[in-house]
Amino acid sequence: MKVKAKSLDHIATFLLTTIAVLIIGVLVLMVGYILTKGYDKFTFDFLTSPPNISEAGGGIGPQLFNSFYLLVLTMIIALPLGVGAGIYMAEYAPNNKFTQYIRISIEVLSSLPSIVIGLFGLLVFVTMTGWGYTLLSGALALTVFNLPLLVRITEDALRNVPPSQKEASLALGISKWKTITSVMLPAALPGIITGSILASGRVFGEAAALLFTAGMSSPDLNFNTFDLNGPTSPLNPFRPAETLAVHIWKVNSEGLTPDARDVADGAAAILVLAVLLFNLFARWFGTWIYNKITSGARR
Amino acid sequence: MSHQGTEGTLLTNNVQTNNIENATAVTAIQQKLTTRNRNIYRENLFGRIVALICAALLILLVLSITYFIASKGLSTFFVDGVSIKEFLTGLKWDPEDEPAQFGVFPFILGSFLVTLLAAVIAAPLGIGAAIFMTEISPGFGKRVLKPVIELLVGIPSVVYGYVGLTLLVPFIREQFEVLGFSVLAGGCVLALMILPTITSVTTDAIEAVPQDLRNASLALGATRWQTIWNVVLHSALPGCLTAVVLGMARAFGEALAVQMVIGNTTKLPESILDPISTLTSGITLNMGNTIAGTPYNNALWSMALILLLMSFAFIMILRIMGRKKLSNR
Repeated sequence: MKVKAKSLDHIATFLLTTIAVLIIGVLVLMVGYILTKGYDKFTFDFLTSPPNISEAGGGIGPQLFNSFYLLVLTMIIALPLGVGAGIYMAEYAPNNKFTQYIRISIEVLSSLPSIVIGLFGLLVFVTMTGWGYTLLSGALALTVFNLPLLVRITEDALRNVPPSQKEASLALGISKWKTITSVMLPAALPGIITGSILASGRVFGEAAALLFTAGMSSPDLNFNTFDLNGPTSPLNPFRPAETLAVHIWKVNSEGLTPDARDVADGAAAILVLAVLLFNLFARWFGTWIYNKITSGARR
Repeated sequence: MSHQGTEGTLLTNNVQTNNIENATAVTAIQQKLTTRNRNIYRENLFGRIVALICAALLILLVLSITYFIASKGLSTFFVDGVSIKEFLTGLKWDPEDEPAQFGVFPFILGSFLVTLLAAVIAAPLGIGAAIFMTEISPGFGKRVLKPVIELLVGIPSVVYGYVGLTLLVPFIREQFEVLGFSVLAGGCVLALMILPTITSVTTDAIEAVPQDLRNASLALGATRWQTIWNVVLHSALPGCLTAVVLGMARAFGEALAVQMVIGNTTKLPESILDPISTLTSGITLNMGNTIAGTPYNNALWSMALILLLMSFAFIMILRIMGRKKLSNR
């Protein structure tokens, strides 16, 4: 009996270890596969030239730019709203029905399928506003998609600030709002920034919410103008913009060029690399700023 | 003498004026302390209102998403006159036929099939990884497995779809001599995508199990596996279930990764090696090609409404499970 229990224990340990190794193996295989397949596409030409519709040799320049620009636009809209709502949830929210409704709303928003958010964006930000497929519509849809995460990040970061700091500030006669903005928020900043960088990675790779909001095409961008209104101006927020993630999907499902697979390989590799960098940067930055603030580096 | 005298009176005068000044200062301070500071009051009010607006926006968003999707989605039944029963249970999807057929059952079946398959594959792996990380080898788990799983979260869904398309589909094609685009491929891709969710939620649940319980079990002579199986997993069970349901909610709504590998036919599958459609893949593929306001387009919005209602249903399930967990304690 005892022997049986012992051998069962060994078998279970072996199985669990196998699972762990399997998961690591799958990730290494997947990331390795993507990066090695797309490796020879890491050329300056591929990264900057526009895609070619019918012939081989197109690049992903506009898509790469669109992805970053959309990320910036999204964060400009989403961060203030997310931080504001996070402040409310952490500092003001009384224990009542209204707060519960907000909590449920956050839960609902964060579990909504991104395609549903995209359709909502199509209806409200594209059709009702009359803008058509634009960068701004995409940014607004991604704001909806990203908001619950940012609220949660801010709330957690604020709740982790030691209460003594807040009490000290209030005891000096400083108003609650000033206490929040000039004492609590700076203390919570590392958490908020690390979380936002990770959220940016999510925004960067999102495609389903963008298919019907930012559109699946990009005009020929003219990088020599900084006119905000020109139809081919890169910075114009009222132009359609296909992002890198959308491009991968489109090339795979309706790509006509002979080298569609190669383009997808390269784009996927760039996307994964960008997400990896976001991830590493968030980790590094989190530790760095933590050390800076708590002087942990000297230890 | 007189000089001194004057000095003295000056001194007393000084003291007196000082006293008067002090008194006025004291009353001023008193006033300042006892009356409300307008500026601070205004500042606090401003802050509270700004924060409140941001938070109220979340409720507004949920309400307007529900309203807009529902108003579009319901027009299939109220404007185009398709019966709800026919819509949900009809097996034939042919919106361009005369008369058009709007049976979305194949899509609903597809969504449930890939979700269930993903859960069946990912649950043992995810829970196993969580156990490994907390009970078997916490050091290695924290340093290697946890970052790996966090990276899996970060990889965009189109990349999962792309890898599925270029690795998994050809693999299935060669192994089973079928088309390759299949329920199985969709389930595998989704399993990989929901694995991180299941693992991290389960890890939290297992870490919340008091160490005393483990020690008691080990002290009774139970092996590590007996402790894990009978004690740790037993008390972390609600957390594990929550994890799996959360993962399924995510799988049900995933669009592009699934769409790329499941083949997108509206025929009912005979085995998990056959291609199929899901609600999300149907919407993704057709929404751009149909004209707003047509019955075809409205039917797609109705499919989106089903997705929305399903995500509400998942949240309800999670809430009920959470309440049970609290009352158990």
